[in-house]
Amino acid sequence: MKSAIIEFPGINRENDMARALRLATGHAPEPVWHTGTQLPAGTDLVVIPGGFSYGDYLRCGAIAARSPIMEAVRAAAARGVKVLGVCNGFQILTEAGLLPGALMRNAGLRFVCETVRLRVENDSTFFTNRLKKGDVLPCPVAHHDGNYFADDETLKRLEGEGRVVFRYAKGSNPNGSMADIAGIMNEGGNVIGMMPHPEDRVEELHGGSECLPLFESLLEEVMA
Amino acid sequence: MSIPNEIPITPELVAEHGLTEEEYAKILELIGREPTFTELGIFSAMWNEHCSYKSSKKWLRTLPTKAPWVIHGPGENAGVIDIGDNQAIVFKMESHNHPSYIEPYQGATTGVGGILRDVFTMGARPIAALNSLRFGSPEHPKTRHLVSGVVAGIAGYGNCFGVPTVGGEVNFHARYDGNILVNAMAAGLADADRIFTSEARGVGLPVVYLGAKTGRDGMGGATMASAEFSDDTEEKRPTVQVGDPFTEKCLMEACMELYENDCVIAIQDMGAAGLTCSAVEMGAKGNLGIELDLDKVPQREPGMSAYEMMLSESQERMLMVLKPEKRELAESIFNKWGLDFAIVGKTTDDLKFRILHHGDEVAELPIKELGDEAPEYDRPWKEPQAPAPLLPEDVPEPEDYEAAILTMISCPDMADKSWIWKQYDYLVQANTAQIPGGDAAVIRVHENGKAIALCADVTPRYVEADPFEGAKQAVAECWRNLSAVGAKPLAVTDNLNFGNPEREDIMGQFVMAIKGIALACSKLEFPVVSGNVSLYNETHGRAILPTPTIGGVGVMEDWRKMATIAFKQEGDIILLIGGHGRQLGQSIYLREVLGREDGPPPIVDLDLEKKRGDFIRAGIHSGLFTAVHDISDGGLALALAEMAIASRLGAQISFLPPGPAHIPLFAEDQARYVVTCKPGDAERIIAIADPAGVPAMRIGTVGGDALELEDVANIPVATLKARHEAWLRAYMEGEV
Repeated sequence: MKSAIIEFPGINRENDMARALRLATGHAPEPVWHTGTQLPAGTDLVVIPGGFSYGDYLRCGAIAARSPIMEAVRAAAARGVKVLGVCNGFQILTEAGLLPGALMRNAGLRFVCETVRLRVENDSTFFTNRLKKGDVLPCPVAHHDGNYFADDETLKRLEGEGRVVFRYAKGSNPNGSMADIAGIMNEGGNVIGMMPHPEDRVEELHGGSECLPLFESLLEEVMA
Repeated sequence: MSIPNEIPITPELVAEHGLTEEEYAKILELIGREPTFTELGIFSAMWNEHCSYKSSKKWLRTLPTKAPWVIHGPGENAGVIDIGDNQAIVFKMESHNHPSYIEPYQGATTGVGGILRDVFTMGARPIAALNSLRFGSPEHPKTRHLVSGVVAGIAGYGNCFGVPTVGGEVNFHARYDGNILVNAMAAGLADADRIFTSEARGVGLPVVYLGAKTGRDGMGGATMASAEFSDDTEEKRPTVQVGDPFTEKCLMEACMELYENDCVIAIQDMGAAGLTCSAVEMGAKGNLGIELDLDKVPQREPGMSAYEMMLSESQERMLMVLKPEKRELAESIFNKWGLDFAIVGKTTDDLKFRILHHGDEVAELPIKELGDEAPEYDRPWKEPQAPAPLLPEDVPEPEDYEAAILTMISCPDMADKSWIWKQYDYLVQANTAQIPGGDAAVIRVHENGKAIALCADVTPRYVEADPFEGAKQAVAECWRNLSAVGAKPLAVTDNLNFGNPEREDIMGQFVMAIKGIALACSKLEFPVVSGNVSLYNETHGRAILPTPTIGGVGVMEDWRKMATIAFKQEGDIILLIGGHGRQLGQSIYLREVLGREDGPPPIVDLDLEKKRGDFIRAGIHSGLFTAVHDISDGGLALALAEMAIASRLGAQISFLPPGPAHIPLFAEDQARYVVTCKPGDAERIIAIADPAGVPAMRIGTVGGDALELEDVANIPVATLKARHEAWLRAYMEGEV
């Protein structure tokens, strides 16, 4: 499997993500600097990790979404290449128009770092095929702006088309997201964005490896 | 070249710069003429208390700073210790008290930014941050606002920078009403054979300015932090700097690339007194002069004077002596990260600190004397009065033990602090093995499982009652907390927060505290490798509680062996290590239940401390214990309650000594631990402890859903947990 991690100045979970990918797939991802205009040839998976691209001094992810490499990501996504955005990566994907909706400031108005219970809502995606619908995983969140919002029509489509991939389990919504949405995918099913950090729950040191199967799912779909 | 001197130096101007008449006379003597306005500013920046340590230096020299594993002790940006495998931990703690009171969010962010810079300046990538916070009484009208701002500021900087904030402590006391304490600690990981320092080497080499542009912010911040507060505190807001964690993150990554590419001869961050302090430091350490051309300094706004540029405390800036052949490479690295890179001067062989601006020489000062000849005071001090003794029998029993325990577990100092630490990203970097809430944080540093443990401790009410014993206790508790997770304690950083040293009683607290730290650190082989002194924490002549915060680092071979405080299994046996206590002076019980703050603090016997800590660590390594917690604030009862809350498992405790139960339950005698073990291991542990001279006794069993303390209390764990977790959240939401 050939994966690429997009690096914007200010992201800070690129190493966590690379480690999780390595643990699950045995392959090290290739870092791609934001000023580049092309992805490495043969990239199967593009990952946009968490952090604070450009300090998130403007709307979270807004500047990163407009940087040169995102044209290449957009083109790759249109070709069906898999794209995963986590936390800031999810925010960047919505700002780039690759996923619908927006991530607003947490309802509690504070940064929140805690382990939530994450429920798998769609088990046939490239990131969830090793799990079953209804599985609940402990998974950390660490964000200030993870409050998912979409208009009624978009929300109805997401629900109707099975595009809500993850939800916060009952009583576990840390940020006020609509319909407890924690992660969604695009129409084609090849772009997934999520606020929680599964890369920080993949080994015993993290208190458990419950989220490792998400990364192992990549072996089925992306490598096939 | 003549030195222009348009602004006459009057006695008023000298006083405004925080310099005394004697200090000014010394300046005249040193340079043999009247200083320029810029030079006066430079002297003021170098000779204030914050930068020169003029009141504390004499005493700081008495601290033990050496051990075979110490690579760099005090005097560098941070301390450096060897942890094997060519790995070094670089760490330090520093205060940002005055600015955080004036403007809590920015004061706290720049405190975190400053300490992170100290760590990565030396070649280390920051891997953990901690903080030690003291606020005023919860009833004080400013407290809620200050807590909210300081916590958001620490979170705002650390989370964005990408360092996990993994530990710390928070206290409330009316004596901090007018002066809060924000002590930030950071630790980084470096290659032991690739540590960078500020010592410049080589003549005629380029001095390079790195990072953010210079603006007019933070002017005179170090001088502000060297004076007491009064009614004009609000007017000091412009002396507080503004933090930019994004720029700092980029600066750190760029510096890491400079180090990897072997570009750096010497490097120094610009902290207090900015360009002045960093340049003098580099030159004076290397026995070289430095010449700076201010026209080359990247500036945020036009029209800045030399004086303003030399005293600006704009954040996220560095000064470096560059290997000349690496200039292009270094510049390209900084361009990649979108940061300023400018050659602003050179090293010289004349030991002068020369400043050029618009073609004029605006300062020409002897560089060694600026630092070395800074005034040093042997301030008069008075030994503090010993507190009156307090016999445990004279401390009344509570009418209701259950109510007393619930009062203690929910009081501001003891209440759960997750409202605070959940705002910190304690997981980023994916190496956090033990999250906040335990005795110490644990961070993996090597794929082979090696980890470091970190904690920050001091019990200010003990230090107030007896500075010597209290300071010993701060060191001992730090050492004990590291031992309680299974780490070998290696070294400390100290952050000494006191009032006005010009008062004999305050200076007495300071001197006795240093003596206590020195004794404890030397007995426990726990050297001081870095530190910071914050004096003048007073408002209207009322000083804070003396607060010498001790930040410790320890190492363990394998994080998988670490101990945690939570009970693990029904049926596990509970052992008390160190015997029952009898000292109730300055205890949480006395203050929270009886409303008294009297008596002496518990005495620390350092030999016992060492013996028992070594026993605990060995037991953890042999896998004998299923849970470990040290006994401190609130005594045995609160230690047990915390272990129960962390696990949601109850315990049945018996075997209390004869007599009233509040003495063994609430006494805060030191060098003690609660451990649990599998039923089959209890006899073995006692058999090992006995010949080692460590009292170990069985006091109960884990199980059920209530904490049962003989026949005096039976409290459901759910009730303990609810009370423990309720206060801070309710307080911050304005409900209490």
